Amino acid sequence: MNTFKKKAAPYLYLSPTIILMIVLMLIPIVMVISYSVMNNVIMNKNPIYIGLGNYKTILTDEVFHTTIYNTLFFTVGSVVMHMVIGLLFAMLLNSRLFSTATKSFFRVIYILPWVFTAAIIAILWRLLLNPNGIINYFLTQAGIIHTKVEWLGSRDTALYALTFINIWSGYPFYMISLLAGLQGISQDLYEAAEVDGANAYHQFISITIPQLKPIILSMAMLDCIWTMQQFPLVWMTTGGGPIHATEMLSTYTYKLAFSKYEFSLASASAVIILIFSMVLASVYVRRQKASV
Amino acid sequence: MLSKKAKHNFAKTFALVLLILGAIYAGAPIIWMFLCSFKPNTEIFAYPPTFISKTFSLTAYKKILTDSVKVRFFLNSYFVSTAVTLLTLIVSIFAAYSFSRFEFKMKKTLNMIIISVQAVPPITLLIPYFGLIVTLKLYNTYWALILTYMVFTLPYAILMMTGYFNTLPRELDEAVMIDGGSRSVALWRVLFPISIPGIISVGMYTFMQAWNEYLFALTLTKTVNMRTVPIGIQQLMGQHSYEWNEMMAMSILGCMPVLILFLFFQRYFIGGMTAGSVKS
Repeated sequence: MNTFKKKAAPYLYLSPTIILMIVLMLIPIVMVISYSVMNNVIMNKNPIYIGLGNYKTILTDEVFHTTIYNTLFFTVGSVVMHMVIGLLFAMLLNSRLFSTATKSFFRVIYILPWVFTAAIIAILWRLLLNPNGIINYFLTQAGIIHTKVEWLGSRDTALYALTFINIWSGYPFYMISLLAGLQGISQDLYEAAEVDGANAYHQFISITIPQLKPIILSMAMLDCIWTMQQFPLVWMTTGGGPIHATEMLSTYTYKLAFSKYEFSLASASAVIILIFSMVLASVYVRRQKASV
Repeated sequence: MLSKKAKHNFAKTFALVLLILGAIYAGAPIIWMFLCSFKPNTEIFAYPPTFISKTFSLTAYKKILTDSVKVRFFLNSYFVSTAVTLLTLIVSIFAAYSFSRFEFKMKKTLNMIIISVQAVPPITLLIPYFGLIVTLKLYNTYWALILTYMVFTLPYAILMMTGYFNTLPRELDEAVMIDGGSRSVALWRVLFPISIPGIISVGMYTFMQAWNEYLFALTLTKTVNMRTVPIGIQQLMGQHSYEWNEMMAMSILGCMPVLILFLFFQRYFIGGMTAGSVKS
């Protein structure tokens, strides 16, 4: 009895977690996969098994192809720029050129975009990027543009504008992690390099980057997974429009389910997103295990 | 050749310019939001733009705080976020205790599942949740939001708490049990009090995730009295004409809890962000 109790104890402490994960993670995933191989579930009382038909419909849908391109552009653009801006700001905040007080003041300002939820960010940027908004005003004054641009309303600019907004809202997460990473690099490394006559650029390439590499790679994987799934920001700025110009995997799936009530097609699309995420996640998990 | 001092001065000036440009990039949009919340709606797109409003007023804030529908959005958000935070903390402390203090067969597997679960896209779960929540008769209730939010707050909280417990020496709680104390005494009387800093950062991060959630709140609730702040802000956009000043005021009010938590507990926030994402 006692050994049983001893063996059961860790599972007992984990039981609330395990129950929640089974009911709200495992069962739903099984459900969505089974939905995806039936004809219209939820709307149809007696759905029948139709195999991979829904996947075929999705994968041959031209809008889906646009969606893949948009999501890829949005994700790669965001992740790369998050990294660049995050690293630049982290290095400024770690610089020995400024006093600690100056650095803590600017750190608060630099983190600010991260404090706001997607709904607020969406509204704020719709105001800023409005044709009559402040950004068009400054760009016109500077002579960069001559007519008012509808950044989020035009097919030519919407995807860029949306990516720009997402870059603004997401870099602080990198910055903070990279700042912690920079503070962890031993100062001796830089001093030794200086004795050897390495300039700032060489120090950056041969010390800073290699030392930060594990953090950068982990963050990039996580960011890819998150950005690929981004829904609220897209939904509230452009809603995927104009005419699918900013349609992402998430908005495409959402519309299939909750505007067209095609729950089976939406499930097939949702499973495709799940597969993408799991592939990225398995790389991430392997990395995490390697670094432990 | 530049002297060393001149070089240093040049570098410092250059870095300072970058620092200020960066601050404009990060902060100017937020300052504009703040300024617009004090303007009458007609002045929002004035040409040329006015920075400090000539008719500075708190009308937009008053309008929101006296509108019972909008106040309800805030109450809903506070209630749901607080409930999610408390439940997540309790469940994650138990789970972390298990991961940190026991050796058992499934430990590695379960831990890996918890890491991977973070990558499951909310949109994938949304469709089955919709069916499940309706079947369980939880549609348009607080429980629909609380339970579904926990699936996303829990994995991160568990990983962070486990990391925190791992930094505390095992001898602490083992000593209690040698003296005849039970495991629950070891956990709640010994480990819990010294883990308060870790619990605060997990709690704040969880609260923020719940406060900001949008997709489930949009789909799993329906009536206006069950809506949370992010949905409420979005609904201001649809109704009547665009009341930009009200939307900005509501945004300022909507970010207050997170902003205040952040400013007061910066250290915990940053500790939490880095602990969870980089090492687990």
